[in-house]
Amino acid sequence: MEPYLLFSTESKAIVYNLQERAIQRMLDFDYLSQRETPSVAAVVNPGNTGVHKVFWGTKEIMIPVYPGIKEAIDAHPDVDIMVNFASFRSAYPSTREALLNERIRVVAVIAEGVPERRSRELAHLSKKLKKIIIGPATVGAIGAGAFKVGNTGGTLDNIKEQKLYRRGSVGLVTKSGGLLNEMFNIISHNTDGVFEGVAIGGDKYPGSGLLDHLLRYEKNPKVKMMVALGELGGDEEYHVVEALQKGLLTKPLVFWVMGTCSKMFPTEVQFGHAGAKAGDERETADAKNAALKSAGAIIPKSFDSLGDEIARTFISLQDQGRITPVKEPETIPLIPIDYAEAVKKGMIRKPTSFITTVADDRGEEVNYGGYPISEIVHSGGKLGDVISLLWFGRRFPKWASEFIELALMIVADHGPAVSGAHNAIIASRAGKDLISCLCSGLLTIGPRFGGAIDDCAKYMEDAFERDLAPREFVEEMKRKNVKIPGIGHRVKSLENPDGRVTILIEYARKNFPRTDLLDYALGVQGITTQKKSNLILNVDGTIGVLMVDMLRGTDFFTHEELKEIVSLGYLNGFFVLGRSIGLIGHTLDQKRMKQRLYRHPWDDILYLVEKK
Amino acid sequence: MARRGIREYDAKRVFYRLMQRYTNDRLTFDSDLVMVDPNTDLSRLADDYPWLNNKRLVVKPDQLFGKRGKSGLVLLDASVDEAIKFIKTKMNKRAKVGRTAGKLTHFLIEPFVVHELEYYVAMKMESHGDVIYFSTKGGVNIEDVWDSVVEIVVDPLGERPFDPSPILSKVPKEQRIILETFLQGMYKFFSSHDMTYLEINPFTIVDGKISCLDMVAKIDDTAIYQNPEVWGDVEFPPSFGAENNPEEAYIKSLDEKTGASLKLTILNPEGRIWTMVAGGGASVVYADTIVDLGYSKELANYGEYSGNPSTEETYLYARTILSLMTKEKHKSGKHKILVIGGGIANFTDVANTFTGIIQALREYADRMKRVGVRIYVRRGGPNYKMGLEKMRKVGDETGIPIKVFGPELHMTQIIPMAFADDTRGVK
Repeated sequence: MEPYLLFSTESKAIVYNLQERAIQRMLDFDYLSQRETPSVAAVVNPGNTGVHKVFWGTKEIMIPVYPGIKEAIDAHPDVDIMVNFASFRSAYPSTREALLNERIRVVAVIAEGVPERRSRELAHLSKKLKKIIIGPATVGAIGAGAFKVGNTGGTLDNIKEQKLYRRGSVGLVTKSGGLLNEMFNIISHNTDGVFEGVAIGGDKYPGSGLLDHLLRYEKNPKVKMMVALGELGGDEEYHVVEALQKGLLTKPLVFWVMGTCSKMFPTEVQFGHAGAKAGDERETADAKNAALKSAGAIIPKSFDSLGDEIARTFISLQDQGRITPVKEPETIPLIPIDYAEAVKKGMIRKPTSFITTVADDRGEEVNYGGYPISEIVHSGGKLGDVISLLWFGRRFPKWASEFIELALMIVADHGPAVSGAHNAIIASRAGKDLISCLCSGLLTIGPRFGGAIDDCAKYMEDAFERDLAPREFVEEMKRKNVKIPGIGHRVKSLENPDGRVTILIEYARKNFPRTDLLDYALGVQGITTQKKSNLILNVDGTIGVLMVDMLRGTDFFTHEELKEIVSLGYLNGFFVLGRSIGLIGHTLDQKRMKQRLYRHPWDDILYLVEKK
Repeated sequence: MARRGIREYDAKRVFYRLMQRYTNDRLTFDSDLVMVDPNTDLSRLADDYPWLNNKRLVVKPDQLFGKRGKSGLVLLDASVDEAIKFIKTKMNKRAKVGRTAGKLTHFLIEPFVVHELEYYVAMKMESHGDVIYFSTKGGVNIEDVWDSVVEIVVDPLGERPFDPSPILSKVPKEQRIILETFLQGMYKFFSSHDMTYLEINPFTIVDGKISCLDMVAKIDDTAIYQNPEVWGDVEFPPSFGAENNPEEAYIKSLDEKTGASLKLTILNPEGRIWTMVAGGGASVVYADTIVDLGYSKELANYGEYSGNPSTEETYLYARTILSLMTKEKHKSGKHKILVIGGGIANFTDVANTFTGIIQALREYADRMKRVGVRIYVRRGGPNYKMGLEKMRKVGDETGIPIKVFGPELHMTQIIPMAFADDTRGVK
């Protein structure tokens, strides 16, 4: 490649830092320019390896990701450019490392706010090594139809509009990265387009200067005229003046130095760019424009007539027959619009695969069933309110949400001997993690352990709805040979009631608007205890029927909805949730006490294995 | 952002502390310094700093301007009572220095040193290297004796270390050791902590001890993260005479809170042309064009927003400008002109940034109509069509005359267009 070229259609880069959108834009540009291969060979994402998925036209391809610059360059011998998206803190070490790697020829540094001493060192280092830095504090550069640095050139529409996908005859260099697109626009309206465009960045010590790039354009036979946009402050433009005077720049050069307004500012104003501050008269835009004009550059009257001067210069070159007409590509590849953008513009629609009514995390704050968490907390909401919102999509009245909490407290644990806790303990002692132990315990919950809440509610509700008298219900269950769930306790009886049941019933009587199902269940208990005094409504049964009474009492649900709630297993959910508290306790308890692997003793197992 | 001046008080405070390190304790300085600001209780000053009672004193304003002696603002060889009296007569008073007038708010008190010898030294960061200037003819008239200045350049890659021998050959033999230690230490200080300018003019040597009589320092504020223990607590005062008015101060405070850039300078509150331009480069070009076309007296403000400000931030920014421009009708009776300009953005979503501006325009619509405002919009970039459409809609809904353009129009064309509308008498 000729040394005066920044980029060719074969140029390949590594991108430092995973800037997904910028990388995609580079590849879209490549595709539009009909490059044979993508310009991004690899991504350096410090500390990470893997692959990054991008579109090449409509096809998805993988770009490898490396943890460091050296690894990326070693793996990709065809790379000679680094597009550096490092932060202002890491821009210096990463740029330096790239420059010192003999294969890297060009580094574009995007970061703003790189310390001046660092940038100055990098600028000198790159000159010494005969390499080129673009930036810092720039959007980058573009070789029309060849290579695009990061976000340069803006959107795909803009690239098409300004025909940046093929080479024109104008070499452009600006200080401002923000105005690079504007300059592409002006040039595309008034000439056959740019050959190359570079924004050197607004910092005090850019890695390469206006003159560096103009000298490259001077040597490039495809560049017929040059356009430069400078700025007040610094002496970049005077290097150009000197070069003009020495005859080093002979091609027509249209130049404008912005900042002519500074003269009317009463005190020193820092303009947008760090380098844009006129220290003395010589550094003002007016002085620079005048010096450039007297050295032979073409200077418009104001920025407003810059386009006219560019057009005039181009037409005169054309008249002299010095412009070879640009061969427009026969077709320009179509790049489909990105899904996200199309959605934003309302151009497409797509059925969703999921639906939710529980919570929404898309806004400023997560909301539960429509209420922001902070609002729930500030309005005095408790766990019961959260459960009512997340499970039922409604905020229950206080008496109901407090009842939920009461039930959770009561079912939270039942000692180490019951199935769930026992399983959790065994798993914990086998060295399994908390979640495995918890699951191991929860997996025992079902028809025989803890399932009575659901089942009791189901049967009682059904019988109650069918207007069966409690006696008829008991007889029906007996006929079906089904033990009534929620009835019966190992030791407790009518004479020696279960304190937990008492608390629940007292709460309900005091706070619930109605307790129809409880009353029905107690009717059933009246029948069963006639047979045996421990066939009482137990704690699971009580919770089951009271949950139904609670849901009825809120008046939120229709009869059908209620039936569905019960059949979907909602009520069991209260047991699972509450008991998880105990299971976690048992699991951690075993771990804290460093209990070793449990092995059940032989003498506790009846071996009936026949010897064969 | 850039190079910024710090107070002499801060510069000396840090310099004295670090010079001990950089000269391996071979040099000591009289590091007594007091800073007086409008909140200082002057009646307690002598109690809080007992050394003030034992030394003759120098008092001078410390607000980033020079030529203080020539402006009669330096009190020399004073007692503590005289110093306090001097400060009381000057505090919060306006003073004129050269062409700039401003309010005196900060004073530095330090020991007065009887001396004859005055040396000049300055270190400056330049693109070709660090430049060290030295002269044995220091003092206020250094510019007049610039021929006496020795200049040494240290290359930016530090391949050849700083060698002060060309300076040392200019001074008497007995001063060479102390001066070499001082200059080497000073250069280490200058080059290790991202300073861009450090001038001591003059300094003197009395009884084998160096005294810095006047110091000017600028640091690169982008590099503070590299020197938090050195510059972390240093203040960046506004340049003298550039006290912000409330609106400027408000935008400055917004700017400091965000990663985006929001700038506002009011040039002429009675001006007719107000600008609200996106982008550091574009904003300058718009202001230039107004000036170049001969309307500099009408330009009311310079400002820019960039770096993807949030909707809230652009709203607050736009509101501030609208509140200023709708205070009263222009004295000529003509319409005011609001320029909502910008280039073709690379990746900023134009429709998004316009949302905040539009919100402010709606809020101020009635006031704008009362004062008489015409709006000219030009912008390009991602989603610009949608953004421009929204702007047109605001015009339709509020009845405020608005002209809206995209990249099809040259960026600054709306400026001559606005003036042409003026002369054609368009309301």
